[in-house]
Amino acid sequence: MSTSQTVIVLLRRELLLAMRRRGDVLTVLFFFVIVASLFPLGVGPDPKLLRLMGGGVVWVSALLAAMLSLGRMFASDHADGTLEQLVLTPTPPVVWITGKILAHWLVSGVPLILVAPVLGVQFGLSGEALGVLVFSLLLGTPVLSLIGAIGAALTLGLRGGGVLVSLLVLPLYIPVLIFGAGAVDGAMSGLGAEAHLSLLGGILILAFMLTPWAVSAALRISIE
Amino acid sequence: MINRFNKYRYASPATFYHFAGRLIPWFYGAAALFCVAGLYIGLFLAPTDFQQSEAYRIIFIHVPAAWMSMFIYVVMACWAALGLAFNTRMSFMMASALAPTGAMLTFVSLWTGALWGKPTWGAWWVWDARLTSELILFFLYLGFMALQSAIDDPRRADRAGALIALVGVVNVPIIYFSVRWWNTLHQGASVSMTKAPSMASIMLVGMLVMALAAWMYTIAAALSRARCIILERERNAQWVAQMLEADA
Repeated sequence: MSTSQTVIVLLRRELLLAMRRRGDVLTVLFFFVIVASLFPLGVGPDPKLLRLMGGGVVWVSALLAAMLSLGRMFASDHADGTLEQLVLTPTPPVVWITGKILAHWLVSGVPLILVAPVLGVQFGLSGEALGVLVFSLLLGTPVLSLIGAIGAALTLGLRGGGVLVSLLVLPLYIPVLIFGAGAVDGAMSGLGAEAHLSLLGGILILAFMLTPWAVSAALRISIE
Repeated sequence: MINRFNKYRYASPATFYHFAGRLIPWFYGAAALFCVAGLYIGLFLAPTDFQQSEAYRIIFIHVPAAWMSMFIYVVMACWAALGLAFNTRMSFMMASALAPTGAMLTFVSLWTGALWGKPTWGAWWVWDARLTSELILFFLYLGFMALQSAIDDPRRADRAGALIALVGVVNVPIIYFSVRWWNTLHQGASVSMTKAPSMASIMLVGMLVMALAAWMYTIAAALSRARCIILERERNAQWVAQMLEADA
């Protein structure tokens, strides 16, 4: 099989599995909505304050939701031996790892992007800011899946892996949060969002080039 | 020549154990000496600052701790890289031995920074770029140590920790600049970290001597901890048994 075929087969398999276990996908999505809805209850319903916070709150919720979904990335494949079979295939690990990360983003990142405008409206974001929010999530959530994959691979099969993964991954998510929320802020305040979005795009390219290698090394450490 | 000088000599835990044991008193001695000299310069010789009065004197602890906290992370990542590249056990042990000292110094710099901030800025904590990135560095240390302690198999713990240290060190500049830009874009600098334009040279000397003290202390503490790790890992080795018998 050529590498592109491998990726396509892998993507189909992952999406099929996600379709069969729709609950997992929906749980992450509802978690995202609930966390974002908790903030107004915590800080009060003042529309001005909420409009200021909106972008940041949606982004923090997206970070937490992405982190929550990391456990699924390799764990079930590790448990039933699929991961070892994948390691044994002649396809370079970086290729199928990229495929798995892409699948993870499609299943747990894209739904967040689709729901985010609704949350943005709840926080009273303007039309332009909503567009920027969606675009920043489009650029940022793949980075969350990419960096998160390193944490997921390193904590494979460890006790307390879920909490541990948050300690490892959340500090590394900070630049994405800053530029993602900053883009929305820039659009709201009229400063413009281009600078933040460009930086976010740069981070995405860098993460896309480097993280599959790190994940491949991490999986080798965890499986051997 | 090659037989006489083996550059991998100290990569063997048994040799390293004794070598480190001989070095540790020297480094602790140097640390104590520099510490006494630095504190004398800082507390008695350095003049009172005309803006911050006596409160500024905490920089003799704060700045060396902050410098070392960043430096140790880089050194730790270098040991981690060496370990992954050459598969030398001692490198991994040095990386794990450095982490607690690094985390401690990060904490000290945050703590003393808060103590300095209250009288000078009027707040224990502000979301200044440097404070925030130091806090994130503290989280990175915690993540490294948490990952290592969660893994029972020492070989996997070593390598997993090394990988996360390397990922961290690649991210440190990105985090640093993102936090800096976040700070300047979000809010005007309500407080400025810039001190009096020209620092009296005696203050600078005091700070540098204290930095040397922190450096020597770090080496001594890391070597002592590495010795403990060696004993723990090699407890079934013959040389440990022989050494314990000789001691007893």
